[in-house]
Amino acid sequence: MIAIINTLINGLLLGGIYAVTAVGLSLQYGVARILNIGHGEYIMVGAFITWMLHTTTGINPLLCLVVVGPVLFVIGYLVQRFLFKTLKDRSPSPAAFEGSSMLLAFGTLFIIQSLAIFIWGRNVEGYSYMAYSVYLGPLRFSANRLVILIFAILICILFYLFLAHTRIGKAIRASSQDPEAASLMGVKINRMLAICFALGAMMAGFAGMLISLAYPINTTMGMQYTIIAIIVVVLGGLGSILGSLIGGFLLGIFGAIVSNFEPGLTLAAYYLLFMVLLLVKPSGIFGR
Amino acid sequence: MKAENVSKRYLTPVILILLLALLIALPWFTRPYMVVLLKTILMFTILSLSWALFSGTTGYTSLATAAFYGVGLYTAAKLGNVLPVPLMVLCGGLFSFILAAAIGAITLRLKGIYFAIFTLSTVELIKNVMHWYEINVAGVRGHRILHVSDATVFYYLLGITVLLLLVTYLIKRSKYGLALSSIGSCEEAAAHIGVNVITLKVFTFALSSFFVGLAGAIMATSINYIDAYIAFDLNYSFFPTLMAIFGGMGNLFGPVIGAVVFSYLREILITRFPYAYMFIFGLVMVLTILYLPNGLVGLYQTIRLKLKQANNKKEKTLGGKHASTSS
Repeated sequence: MIAIINTLINGLLLGGIYAVTAVGLSLQYGVARILNIGHGEYIMVGAFITWMLHTTTGINPLLCLVVVGPVLFVIGYLVQRFLFKTLKDRSPSPAAFEGSSMLLAFGTLFIIQSLAIFIWGRNVEGYSYMAYSVYLGPLRFSANRLVILIFAILICILFYLFLAHTRIGKAIRASSQDPEAASLMGVKINRMLAICFALGAMMAGFAGMLISLAYPINTTMGMQYTIIAIIVVVLGGLGSILGSLIGGFLLGIFGAIVSNFEPGLTLAAYYLLFMVLLLVKPSGIFGR
Repeated sequence: MKAENVSKRYLTPVILILLLALLIALPWFTRPYMVVLLKTILMFTILSLSWALFSGTTGYTSLATAAFYGVGLYTAAKLGNVLPVPLMVLCGGLFSFILAAAIGAITLRLKGIYFAIFTLSTVELIKNVMHWYEINVAGVRGHRILHVSDATVFYYLLGITVLLLLVTYLIKRSKYGLALSSIGSCEEAAAHIGVNVITLKVFTFALSSFFVGLAGAIMATSINYIDAYIAFDLNYSFFPTLMAIFGGMGNLFGPVIGAVVFSYLREILITRFPYAYMFIFGLVMVLTILYLPNGLVGLYQTIRLKLKQANNKKEKTLGGKHASTSS
């Protein structure tokens, strides 16, 4: 019994990160129609900015949120404004845009990664933060991962409230449901698309910050998190924010169960689950 | 006029045969380094051509090239000491063919980006399972491979390239090629006019992967050591994709040009400035997709069309006096 609860809690702890990782990607795909293969690179940049700030100035890594968020928002905004916007204007059809935007995202992946390697090198980095255990009855888990989970849930709830209740949030949702009608209603579509992509990058940055709290980071880690994010997003239905939140926790629990039996096969199990899901129900568990 | 047409018609084949003869003779009189460089170039040429053969014509972006290349490498690792080299290479191709046919058969329903991410995760799945298998079940990680001389590998690769070029050429000229590009334009319409879409897609996917497997199996003999992470490196999926797009797929030689340019760039940059290479790679990819959607070949065709139009205008103003001599 305790083993089962332990696995579940481990899954939730892992799932928090997965959820934050995926929410940004889901927003980018759902509204801007960009399957951002370079998503993991924004995560990596967020993680390294946090690491750099913490190790040089010693400020609390959680406070780096204030720096990581705006920096990645600006990067994302510029990338959408100068690259994806140009591509969208030149694409003959939305379907063509979807295909080539993925390839364009590959290009940005290589650029961001090479710049990051140039700045931060190739070594595995990390720092220790709240690296002690917390006991809850017979259960034991590390404090930093608990903090990650709490922050992940907080970030996701705030993000959800932002989308549901603010003016910009409503405009974003309108653009995702019907871009033409939204633009007729006075929503500045191009600005919304750029803001969406920027928000996605910002969420990726937050995910990176959270990851750096408990896990070793390096400049080539992006791809791994991109694929996890894609899996979660497909699991929850492409473009559904709430779906990817739940999908994140589901994948976390699935991962914890698999690694209970065979830790070496966790990633392989993710891919297998993902491929089966694509074949059986590509619209995702919560897809429309 | 007729003589001009005849000479134009035979010009390309003659140049190609001369080029081939030059390549065949090359190992006899150049530095060994040149052969090593050409090996890489030919390898990427094969990968890009095979990518263009399926993905270029049908519009299905496959990112599974690394899986087929890795299968070739592993075939060499497992069978290299048992079978003679030609048979081993053939096995590499066949295993890739079978794997591609299986992937093709189960992904029939997937379109667009779904197909792309499915093929991408296929590579990762095979890599992870292989890695786990080697550590936990087989107990050995990595393999040493029988070494074959550079010149021999070079000739194998040259042979595969020529064969692949011929196959692509013949397919493009046949009704089979027309059917393939009709899938690329509109799959439903293709199915309605009687194209056997499913068989055609799966078979072409498998056929194009066959050549990747061949290339992998022979390239393995010049690598000393492989393991799952080396063999199933996703870059073998990304590079050929960009090379083919950069070169342009409107022409048989587009992917070849892309592969030659990029493998050469890679050779000179990767040893001294590996990050610069990645940066340039990404930058060119972005610029190509934004401004050269039809690649270098497309650019060339556009320029030629514009020149022709300009010429025509000139001729019109001159009253067509120099129409026959101006070209």
